[in-house]
Amino acid sequence: MKMKGTEIFVECLRREGVEVVFGHPGGSILPIYDRLYNAEIRHVLMRHEQAAAHAADGYARASGRVGVAMATSGPGATNLVTGIASAYMDSVPIVVFTGQVPLTLIGTDAFQEADVVGITRPCTKHNYLVVRTEDLARTIREAFYLARTGRPGPVLVDLPKDIQLSECEFEYPEQVWLRGYRVVEEGDPAAVRRAAVAILEAERPVIYAGGGVIASEGAEELRRLAEQGRIPVATTLMGLGGFPTEHPLSLGMLGMHGSWYANTAITRCDLLIAIGVRFDDRVTGKIAEFAPRARKIHIDIDPAEINKNVRVEIPIVGDVRRVLRALNAEMEALLAEVETEAWAQKRMSWIEQIAQWKREYPLRYEWDERVIKPQWVIEEIARLTKGEAIVTTDVGQHQMWAAQYLRFKYPRTWITSGGLGAMGFGLPAAIGAWFARPDRPVVAICGDGGFQMTMQELAVIAEHRIPVKIVIINNFYLGMVRQWQQLFYNRRYAASDLRVSPDYVKIAEAYGLRGYTVRRPGELVEVLEEAFRSEEPVLLDVHVAAEENVYPMVPPGASIREMILGPSETEAAVKS
Amino acid sequence: MLRTLVLRVENRPGALARVTGLFSARGVNIESLTVARTEDPTLSHMTIVVDMDEMALEKLVKLLDRLVDVVTVDVVDGRGAVERELLLVKVRQEPGQKLELLKEAELFRARVVDVAPQSYVLELTGDEEKLEAFIRVFEKYGILELVRSGKVAMARGEAAGSR
Repeated sequence: MKMKGTEIFVECLRREGVEVVFGHPGGSILPIYDRLYNAEIRHVLMRHEQAAAHAADGYARASGRVGVAMATSGPGATNLVTGIASAYMDSVPIVVFTGQVPLTLIGTDAFQEADVVGITRPCTKHNYLVVRTEDLARTIREAFYLARTGRPGPVLVDLPKDIQLSECEFEYPEQVWLRGYRVVEEGDPAAVRRAAVAILEAERPVIYAGGGVIASEGAEELRRLAEQGRIPVATTLMGLGGFPTEHPLSLGMLGMHGSWYANTAITRCDLLIAIGVRFDDRVTGKIAEFAPRARKIHIDIDPAEINKNVRVEIPIVGDVRRVLRALNAEMEALLAEVETEAWAQKRMSWIEQIAQWKREYPLRYEWDERVIKPQWVIEEIARLTKGEAIVTTDVGQHQMWAAQYLRFKYPRTWITSGGLGAMGFGLPAAIGAWFARPDRPVVAICGDGGFQMTMQELAVIAEHRIPVKIVIINNFYLGMVRQWQQLFYNRRYAASDLRVSPDYVKIAEAYGLRGYTVRRPGELVEVLEEAFRSEEPVLLDVHVAAEENVYPMVPPGASIREMILGPSETEAAVKS
Repeated sequence: MLRTLVLRVENRPGALARVTGLFSARGVNIESLTVARTEDPTLSHMTIVVDMDEMALEKLVKLLDRLVDVVTVDVVDGRGAVERELLLVKVRQEPGQKLELLKEAELFRARVVDVAPQSYVLELTGDEEKLEAFIRVFEKYGILELVRSGKVAMARGEAAGSR
């Protein structure tokens, strides 16, 4: 059957099971928008293309399905780039469609023309410029396939206007065949066996779990490995939710702003079991001193991650969930052969040691009656949401406090721009998350800096009455920048001062939304409780202690052993 | 250290840019690059020479392999692969030196492919060492212009670039 490009587009999306796309129209993609006008696929009009990409990202992470964003050529496409780069760094499956000027005009500096495949080549898993309508169906099929399989990531498809408008015979390819694309899903059984033996032999093992656990739906298998192997679990920023915070074996987050006990456990361990992680510099600190005494197992779907930053003894390339399943089976068989009592005894002293560290050096902050401590706001959000909400964040201090003080129960409830660290992520990601999981409460924890980067998306929240709770942790600073300036630039607060800021409540009201400013500690609990009871969107502008810092902290370039635990030590660190 | 990579890559727009982008993004200069069709017109063969240490190269090979357009990638050397390069050199032809020049060209099995009143263009194929030796010998005639094709390499034996 002959079909127009726009028809093929909608039909392919339908077959991929796409229910919602996030986008912004413009000249070069108008034919597709015209077709979407009466299509069953829902289109959410974002107010900036960056937000469209972040919303698709939030949708993908909350649902585990592929998120879709679209925009027009030129500025529409270039505005998407930050969102695409964030999804790339965090391995999030999104497919991005951009309009392009007609083929006949490409390369002529036509109106709203940009070399989008060129611009996005280094921040996509793969991208396409479609030059024949006959290729359109296969290209869209491949794009979705590439986005969700293997190590997930963003794929961009650039659609010249004449391709959208011309007709061809529609043939839907049932199979995808890409000879240059191979995914190894099952781990090498010999390596899995060596890993199981190493775990059994270890005295002080630690699991270092990351976003791969969540991307592969491997949280259950991770929990089983930790429990039957009696192994403490530290998670990365991306791995939060992959292991329950309240679990006795949980060490919380490791790394630059991780817990002291997580970093200490890593430093002292004799076996490091790295699962779906990439040994990021914010995790490892000075790399030579990261888990220096440990043998290392590394499980990851991407062979390029093996030995990238750290040499490992036992690499296992494969899908985290499948490898963990095999590893658990192997462990079970081995454990049946050992003297369980004696073995468990051996492991107990390590677990007790860690429990003692947790008691002695918990995450802590100093209470203040006169001013709201940002950590307390997060604790109250944790208390009210009970780990049931999906939480998104921007990037900076509030993000780290949220990572430290929230209590996670489930995977896919924590959505943050981890690798790229894109401010402005929180609000649009919350919109995407709500479209994916309207059954769950959604909270966007934003910084006052980050919020101002995408606050125009309040319009989308108002339009769809999205009952998201927006909590601005407002310290009238670019807080993390200010913290670094305080600690490492001799308190010279260059360009980090946000004293001139809008009244966020008035902004909310301008969009027809309710908002409250919270200035005093005495008001916080009541206002939060009321907001979280509400079925409506609510914005809370919470004025917090302006010069509060995120602790503990590994100074840049230092080993993760060398943590600054709190403000009293800061002075010393600055002087030395 | 100079290392030689051979790749089989989808013969389509953007594939070359993806490959070279991985080098340029790391500030690595490509010393030599050849790309052309193979026995399968949908596949290109690339030979890339770069100056990289072992560790950095190992990481880069994995990233190349990760590209959807890259079908195979191998690091080769003169023992495991046949390596050849084509050289075109324009030398000054002074009266009285003609016979000697032609004789020396013969020794290298270089061919004269263009004759002008004051210069010859010579063509030579060989491995790196042979080309370098040729250039050293012919410098005395006065090299007016020199062009190298860049290296092409093919693994010895049966398998075509399987790792």
